[in-house]
Amino acid sequence: MKVLITGVSGYLGKILATRLLARGHEVIGMDRRPWPDMPRGIEMHRVDIRKRPAEAVFRERRPEVMIHMATLTHITAPREERYRVNLNGTKALFEHCHRYGVAQAIFIGRHTIYGAAPDAPLFRSEAEPPLAMTTFPALADLVAADLFAGAALWRWPELNTAVLRLVYTLGPSTGGTLASYLGGPRVPTVLGFDPLFQFMHELDAAEAILHALDARLRGVFNVAGPRPVPLSVLVRTTGRKALPLPEPLFDRMSGRFGLPDLPRGSRSHIKHSIVVDDRAFRKATGFDPAYDEQQTMESFRWA
Amino acid sequence: MLGLPPLVSKEVKEQVEKLELQFNEQGFDELGLDRQKLIYFFSFLRLFYRRYFRVKSFGIEQVPSHGRVMLVGNHTGGLPVDGGMVLASLLLDHEPPRLGHGMVEKFVANVPFLSYWWDRVGQFTGLPEHALGLLERDRVLVVFPEGVRGVGKLAQDGYELERFGTGFLRLALRTNTPVVPFAFVGGVEAMPTVLHLERVARALRVPYIPVTPYLVPLPLPLRCVIVYGEPMHFPGDGSESDEVIARWVGEVQARIRLLIEDGLRHRRELGP
Repeated sequence: MKVLITGVSGYLGKILATRLLARGHEVIGMDRRPWPDMPRGIEMHRVDIRKRPAEAVFRERRPEVMIHMATLTHITAPREERYRVNLNGTKALFEHCHRYGVAQAIFIGRHTIYGAAPDAPLFRSEAEPPLAMTTFPALADLVAADLFAGAALWRWPELNTAVLRLVYTLGPSTGGTLASYLGGPRVPTVLGFDPLFQFMHELDAAEAILHALDARLRGVFNVAGPRPVPLSVLVRTTGRKALPLPEPLFDRMSGRFGLPDLPRGSRSHIKHSIVVDDRAFRKATGFDPAYDEQQTMESFRWA
Repeated sequence: MLGLPPLVSKEVKEQVEKLELQFNEQGFDELGLDRQKLIYFFSFLRLFYRRYFRVKSFGIEQVPSHGRVMLVGNHTGGLPVDGGMVLASLLLDHEPPRLGHGMVEKFVANVPFLSYWWDRVGQFTGLPEHALGLLERDRVLVVFPEGVRGVGKLAQDGYELERFGTGFLRLALRTNTPVVPFAFVGGVEAMPTVLHLERVARALRVPYIPVTPYLVPLPLPLRCVIVYGEPMHFPGDGSESDEVIARWVGEVQARIRLLIEDGLRHRRELGP
């Protein structure tokens, strides 16, 4: 199959592209960033998903499948840029899919859109409304992108769309949101709170996307790996030291004394759990993660 | 030998090992329950169950050994020691032991330390999603349909029941869960609440601050009794009219009243 991957130069895009290539698919990559040691056989287009050259790739190359993972988080991009890429970019790509006869679209979303709050239920099903706009405003654009991608299901029924809400990934690439939070030797936590964190090995995440492709999955699905573990266990097992800060101090210490710079609102994600129920995805695709929680944490620790 | 009782009870440890829960290598189950914290938590509850209140359980065999079940009982005013003692009876006096899941008041989720301790021992915030999720996973749900109203009772109210909510019964019907009624007796005597500090409670954002005649808001070491009744089944799927549901809730309430009578009689026979 001819598969287009947007955001292919990201840590997960690279793994996915390499795997697809190994399985004999034709892989077209799209990214603004370079991929220095890209394997031979991948066709790379250094274009911006919002611009005309991106449409040209659809028109000239006619991919059968689009895997859209070119979304930005608050860690890498300022707000205006996020809105342009996450919202306008996603909109443009889905319109290209419709116009140029793409058969299948897979949007790679995040489980954090559900948002963390003291009165949120422990296990979030796909039917649960996303709360992140209120608890963590920096995620609002990702929430909107996720919902917009899901709207393709009724807007263009002939385009087989799957929205995958992936939990955090961890692995040897040390890429991703959770990895950047756990980046330093000391990880700031909120004193007296120890939420459950849900993550999966990055290779399992790529494998899950392949499962969605093979199953020609349609609909909105939570994707998770092993069981969640408390933050304290995550910090310890990845070889870090927790630095529990009293809540009033937390925002002031952020970004200082060698601690990561966390945006306002991220505190809610360090106080309360976001755990998703992934039973529907497992049932629909037969996906079963290969790495358990211990192996996943170790793979990141010793990377 | 003098000294403090051990932090970990051997009996509790053995019972926790026998629970029908799948703990992983790190000692967590699928809901994030922590085996080690369960042992500490129940060792603490056991002191109250066996020594302080010397709780006697009657009819514990009415609680099924496997599968989903909803335990429905009366709330005691003051400090809700009833929930903890019911949990202890299910773990210590039921064979095989079962882990009861209570529903915790929402404000607790924002209290440092309490927030995650309650989660790790299976006592989740009182949300319909939690109740449903627990029953779907074939767990034991402990419900006080009087809710916070029940905690607000004063000693002069005795064992009268406050209005029951109806959500629990619809949920039981929807999930095809048997309802086991129970009565907790002794709480009124152990914690004779004469009034509540309403203003202070509001300022601290907690539902109630009880005041006892001896001022300290702690229960007295008096005997408590728990009586479990036969499982109740209702022929419905939860889509019944409010009238039908209210009638069935009334039946559960009536059964609990009878069980309270039984409990008071048992308590008299056993002595304080």
